Amino acid sequence: MSGLKTNNAVIRWIEYRLPIFSFLDHAVGSQYPTPRNLNYWWNYGSLAGLALVIMILTGIMLAMQYTPHVTLAFDSVERIMRDVNSGWLLRYIHMNGGSIFFVTVYIHLFRGLYYGSYKAPRELLWMIGVALLLLMMATAFMGYVLPWGQMSFWAATVITNLFSAVPLIGESIVTWLWGGFAVGNPTLNRFYALHYLLPFVIVGVVVLHIWALHRFGSNNPLGIDADGPQDKIPFHPYYTAKDAFGVGVFLLVLSAIVFFAPNSLGEADNYIPANPLSTPAHIVPEWYFLPYYAILRAIPDKLLGVIAMFGSILILFVLPWIDRSPVRSAKFRPIYKQFFWIFLADCILLGYIGAKPPEGMFLIVGRVATAYYFLHFVIIFVLSYVERPRPLPNSISEAVLKGGGATAAAKAREKA
Amino acid sequence: MKTLTAALLAGLFIAQLAAGIGPVHAAEGAGPPKHNWPFSGVFGRFDRAAMQRGLQVYREVCSACHGLKYIAFRNLEALGYGEEEIKAMAAEYTIADGPNDDGDMFERPGRPSDYFPSPFANDKAAAAANNGAAPPDLSLMAKARPGGPDQIRALMLGYEDPPAGVEAMEGLHFNIYFPGNQIAMAAPLSEGAVEYADGTEATVEQMATDVANFLMWTAEPYLEERHSMGIKVILFLLVFTGILYAAKRKVWSDLH
Repeated sequence: MSGLKTNNAVIRWIEYRLPIFSFLDHAVGSQYPTPRNLNYWWNYGSLAGLALVIMILTGIMLAMQYTPHVTLAFDSVERIMRDVNSGWLLRYIHMNGGSIFFVTVYIHLFRGLYYGSYKAPRELLWMIGVALLLLMMATAFMGYVLPWGQMSFWAATVITNLFSAVPLIGESIVTWLWGGFAVGNPTLNRFYALHYLLPFVIVGVVVLHIWALHRFGSNNPLGIDADGPQDKIPFHPYYTAKDAFGVGVFLLVLSAIVFFAPNSLGEADNYIPANPLSTPAHIVPEWYFLPYYAILRAIPDKLLGVIAMFGSILILFVLPWIDRSPVRSAKFRPIYKQFFWIFLADCILLGYIGAKPPEGMFLIVGRVATAYYFLHFVIIFVLSYVERPRPLPNSISEAVLKGGGATAAAKAREKA
Repeated sequence: MKTLTAALLAGLFIAQLAAGIGPVHAAEGAGPPKHNWPFSGVFGRFDRAAMQRGLQVYREVCSACHGLKYIAFRNLEALGYGEEEIKAMAAEYTIADGPNDDGDMFERPGRPSDYFPSPFANDKAAAAANNGAAPPDLSLMAKARPGGPDQIRALMLGYEDPPAGVEAMEGLHFNIYFPGNQIAMAAPLSEGAVEYADGTEATVEQMATDVANFLMWTAEPYLEERHSMGIKVILFLLVFTGILYAAKRKVWSDLH
């Protein structure tokens, strides 16, 4: 009982036996001190959480109508679209909610990169986040297979075939993944089972993510530690109000897509039932996988391509030890800041290349962009030794309340 | 406010970017010309007269080779037909049903709950009857091709004599809007191929446009509900988000 004040007898009765209200108050309420200077880039964490909830709720309802069988899956999705009450709405929210989920998570991730949120003491928080990204990607991929359209089938074929690049046992792994000698009904069934399971694994890992977050609290745009009460404000009502506004904007964007352009993010080919005898002219993944797809195809050797593709995400796990600069925020790292933007541009370029056929100019640009992706990590490693950061402000409250900007020449390296 | 705008723009930018790079358009063949459809745009609605004409074109021309398996006769109510009209229309079709109590399959006139029967017994039969290329089901065609209804309309109008030096292969036909320009389907529409019940002149362009209108409905039957619900949801969210912003400002006012 940590001083939860309430006049409500029912809440008092429950709280005495199960202190759930004070638990919530400490988690996302008035007892959770948060840096006072978080900007709107910090909204995307809660938005990703909301997207996860939306996906799980719509997903459970879709699962009640969907049939995971190769001869029935496509028809059952069409039945949802045509005969199930509001089925079209559920499916379009789920279909586009996945895209919006990735938008929020990617912005959340790049916010962490810009403000150095991955640095000590938040390394584990960051690594759990990268694990969440991997889980999300696996879930999204398997979900895309379920409608059993042409792109579903061929995406499943291409991606599972990647594992055949593993030396010696590659072919056996692929057969094991398929549950047969080709992508077929056992494959669809296991993808469905895992697509239903993994979101709940994600929920569990999100709990770890938030747990680790609460150990030291949020990083902030200045990247310096919040020292005292003058640097912090309670999460509720300040950030609950700010997050609620973000939710409104998020729902506006999601609604605009769901109601007025529900198929704009997808491939037309996925409205053609899966046909193992006819390969589409261009097999492309969903937009959020395009950068990795570009990396995969940039490398002529299959095994190395697969390693590079997975490596492009796995390298994020060790980022806290690659970037050795003690200054977190790019605000005070003039050179790092520039390389951050170049890296972001490189990722967008890779996404563009991933949507194009791997030939001619596209292949060359794709290779350069892939090389730069990995070079970036070498650059920031070197940079963390040679860059001279700008002086840090003494405290958050000083920087925020006295009109912003750095004042005393705090020594960067000592500070962190 | 600056970061708010930036954070918002970034979200929109990525969504936009995703929409832009998503579909890969076939390199070959000209893109279909854009038609001004009554159902496009935020306030878009179906044109029922055009859809009824399109249904007539489907029934009298397309249905000889193409199925429409996700559409039941009862669904045609959305086109403005009454119950009796639909019953009469369904009864014109012969539906295979069964087995009956004796274990035999039998044929009976169609009912509103029946789906449009496929012209062929199966895909193999369809392919065998059509030079090896099975005619695809049309229910989802307006969503299953890049360009959607524009592509359907353009394809109907794209039959031309091949340019000098190009020759359509045996059994294929030259079409400027088909990827690769060689399509197995012969030009399906000719001037006056149907006699419209409402007296509209049946030019090829008129029929192509009508059938695309109809097929957009078969692919996306809830488009009108989607649009009108969307307008209400967006209006609500605009007001609601405005209130949330005001609340946020009020809560934070004692900090600044």
